[in-house]
Amino acid sequence: MTKMHDVTIPPFERFYEHHRAEVLRLLRRRLGADRADDAFQETFLRALQAYARLDHSEHLRAWVLTIARNVAIDAQRRSRPTAEAVEIAAEDARPAYEELAPLTDGLPPTERAAVVLRYGYDLPYDQIAVALGSSSDAARQATSTGVRRLRTRRTPGHDHL
Amino acid sequence: MTISDELDRRFREAAHALDLLDVGFDVVESPIGSLFVAASDEGLAAISFDPKPEEHLEQLARFAGPRVLRSPKSVDATRRELDEYFEGKRRAFDLSLDLRGLPTFTLSVLRELGRVPYGETTTYGALAGKVGHPRAARAVGTVMNRNRIPIVLPCHRVVGADGSLVGYGGGLDKKVKLLELEGWL
Repeated sequence: MTKMHDVTIPPFERFYEHHRAEVLRLLRRRLGADRADDAFQETFLRALQAYARLDHSEHLRAWVLTIARNVAIDAQRRSRPTAEAVEIAAEDARPAYEELAPLTDGLPPTERAAVVLRYGYDLPYDQIAVALGSSSDAARQATSTGVRRLRTRRTPGHDHL
Repeated sequence: MTISDELDRRFREAAHALDLLDVGFDVVESPIGSLFVAASDEGLAAISFDPKPEEHLEQLARFAGPRVLRSPKSVDATRRELDEYFEGKRRAFDLSLDLRGLPTFTLSVLRELGRVPYGETTTYGALAGKVGHPRAARAVGTVMNRNRIPIVLPCHRVVGADGSLVGYGGGLDKKVKLLELEGWL
């Protein structure tokens, strides 16, 4: 008997139709209309690559928007390898998960995105890796470095992490 | 914000070209109406007389995986063979079939069904006999009714013992047209 797949993950067509307008809007805002098209394709191809490994269908919107932000950061780095790009990256990686925002503020963008996706959205490392455009190991590393960094500057009331 | 057709087409073609899809589908026009057609790496996975994709996506995802996307290029081979069939230039299909997820009895009935030649018919009872269950004509009828790949797996070539057309998942008028096309009616 063939293994049946988890039906809680929507067929990719539905996921794509549901989020493509918002993804394109984000990319146009970050990159301008000309460069947004390539980034749009890259975003959904990255999502498609990881889609079969998703183990639940929660937070798909946050997940694909994080992929889009990181694709935009990559595009900006390629065209503007300067301090300006780092600044934009920091702004772009601002987590969508509001409760974690004050806690993770000040972390480097990659670590912040990793911490938010891991602890805010409970995503496994291979999905975080796709969102960050890195390997699973690098995603795990970024998460633990971020958490360690938070611990060293922990303030009362924030020690639940 | 609307996605331009060009941008949408480019993404779908890239997804197909990079072999990232579990199933690609599209709607194919035919003389008996619009057909929903879906194909995987294993082969042709579905044909339906109901062209609305939303009716079929979950079922496809269940046996083939969740990366189900409208992708005209994925069904190019099927579209070509169907066109030839409807033009009367093709009497047998050369497509591999994706029958994953189907129970053993269904598979054995469909295997026999695939051997019924163009322009000929068999009966539900005869098919039942061929798979070793001569009294299972009704169960064979159910398999025909749920046939995931009609036309290519020719359930339109199965009729009642008295020669009556009995029924067809896509509507009896379509069964009539297919049998007329093949010269049986």
